[in-house]
Amino acid sequence: MKVIEARGLRKEFVVRVKAGAIRRQKRVVAAVDGVDLAIERGEMVGYLGPNGAGKSTTLKMLTGVLMPSGGDVRVCGFTPVPQRVKLARRIGVVFGQRSQLWWDLPLGDSFDLLRHIYRVPAAEHALRLDRCRDLLDLDAFMQTPVRQLSLGQRMRGELTAALLHGPEILFLDEPTIGLDVVSKQAVRGFLAELGEKGDTTMILTTHDLADIERLCQRIVVIDHGRVVHDGTIQALHDRYRSRRRVIADFDEPIQTDIRLPGVELESSTGTRLIFAVDEVGPLISQLTQIGSLRDLSIAEPEIEDVISRLYLSS
Amino acid sequence: MGLVTATTDRVTIRNFAEFASLIGAIAASGFRRFWTYRQATVAALATNTMFGFLRTYVMLAMAALTPVVAGYTGPQLAAYVWTGQGLLGVVMLWGYADLADRIRSGDVVTDLLRPIHPVLNYLAVDLGRAAHGMIFRFLPPVAVGVIVFDMYLPQDLSTYPLFAISVLLAVIVCFACRYLVNASAFWLLDHRGVVMVWLFVSGLFGGLYFPIRFLPQWAALLIWLGTPGPSMLQAPMDIFVERDPFRVQLAIVGVQVFWAVLMLWACHVVQRRAERKMVIQGG
Ligand SMILES: Nc1ncnc2c1ncn2[C@@H]1O[C@H](COP(=O)(O)OP(=O)(O)OP(=O)(O)O)[C@@H](O)[C@H]1O
Ligand SMILES: [Mg+2]
Repeated sequence: MKVIEARGLRKEFVVRVKAGAIRRQKRVVAAVDGVDLAIERGEMVGYLGPNGAGKSTTLKMLTGVLMPSGGDVRVCGFTPVPQRVKLARRIGVVFGQRSQLWWDLPLGDSFDLLRHIYRVPAAEHALRLDRCRDLLDLDAFMQTPVRQLSLGQRMRGELTAALLHGPEILFLDEPTIGLDVVSKQAVRGFLAELGEKGDTTMILTTHDLADIERLCQRIVVIDHGRVVHDGTIQALHDRYRSRRRVIADFDEPIQTDIRLPGVELESSTGTRLIFAVDEVGPLISQLTQIGSLRDLSIAEPEIEDVISRLYLSS
Repeated sequence: MGLVTATTDRVTIRNFAEFASLIGAIAASGFRRFWTYRQATVAALATNTMFGFLRTYVMLAMAALTPVVAGYTGPQLAAYVWTGQGLLGVVMLWGYADLADRIRSGDVVTDLLRPIHPVLNYLAVDLGRAAHGMIFRFLPPVAVGVIVFDMYLPQDLSTYPLFAISVLLAVIVCFACRYLVNASAFWLLDHRGVVMVWLFVSGLFGGLYFPIRFLPQWAALLIWLGTPGPSMLQAPMDIFVERDPFRVQLAIVGVQVFWAVLMLWACHVVQRRAERKMVIQGG
């Protein structure tokens, strides 16, 4: 069953730009320019794109806080803006740069208020809260006013707040922004576990591709408001013919003219040769013959590389 | 879609109990939040009390000329001033920018992501704040007035519950007006002009600077029935000083009910329009 369906989704903003001393000119920019999306229940989708691509704008429209300028959207079977209140019960949202917690009150009070607002039965609420407290280590700061929390602590609170009503879909807009390595791993581990159970659909935007590698099978990449890739990371590698690298170090400086199908010499600097390859085996047997091999390593294709190639090409 | 049906699909007794506990929980959060601003409360209290003295001396100077000014005796005018100074912090005539701040920063997005009508949510918080105000902003200045001056206190027992109802309605009317002033930030990111007008008009029509009934009767009636001003401040003050017979007191509360309903409805309409056209600021 599809929980998110968008067809031709558009959002235009009217911006006034300076044209002369006083004169302002109106200009219409399409932040989201005809996005099609279909997401099945339980999928974990990475929503990627360079700065200003239209990711946050898309999420705002899907969650019902921003009226689309055009196109059709259904989320959980609802039309987001007109049916926002109904939809709100079924989704959880974290906007990394904003807080949904009560700034002046202890963290625990926010959770309690959310229980009332979402009308969650007390037992159900306690169960979910206990799990989050365990997995996200909240106990140390449950009684601290939110404004005194560190970013990492607050973000764990935000995630908990988004989950206490058991949402079907989780929208995460840069949930790991500004977190240290340990907090990032805590958040990723938590989301991964949630995803494994298979009943929560997740759509995640991030600039940290490690989040994506860890969590998402499917990625949707947008640029200038248009989808430029929708599929697995592997499909992206295939599309850009990303290849593994073989890095060979020799005892003495070496020149070579190895010619094998699917092997390309990328650089040769003194004792080191770097190849981009489809198949590793044949190359290695050749390398051992041309000189005395000291060290050899194989690097998997980097997601960073392929994504930046995608951003640059579109 | 009314305010209530927006959150409860069908009103049953169980729903109603749930609804009341929801409002109670949010209001309690408003109360606790203001409890954390103790220094601000003390500072505001000091200012209100100081102005209370100034205004009482002006009023008493007037009362010295004739025994009854526009239907108020000297002690009644003193009561008018001191309840006014106290209610100022309860209805929170000035200094409310919660919603406008959140619109400007874009944080209003999180209000919209909750399954509750934003007007209802903000109103509930405000009721909690007003309860806090009743204890910490209303009682102290009134006590000062009673101790220092010959201040009128209600003689009729029925006045007390009526006063409580009237204060509650005044808070709702004033809240709705403040909400509308704040909501103008959806359209005008710099809405300081609107706030300036509000600062001036609210004090005047609310009857803070002087009782509206000092004006010619036709003007007083026009302001009372044609604007929400007196309903958000002067109404509970007039009830407290027992200027009018019970019938008229009831009519005053009736007018307040009318304005409360009308202004909340206006908030609902404005909110809905804002949501259709608004642009949330920030990524
Ligand atoms: N309120 C607004 N008014 C005018 N233009 C806007 C507004 N909000 C966003 N935009 C424009 O829409 C485009 C998309 O913005 P959006 O916030 O969706 O980008 P994003 O993909 O989330 O970027 P980032 O990775 O930097 O968060 C940008 O060009 C931005 O300038
Ligand atoms: Mg963004």
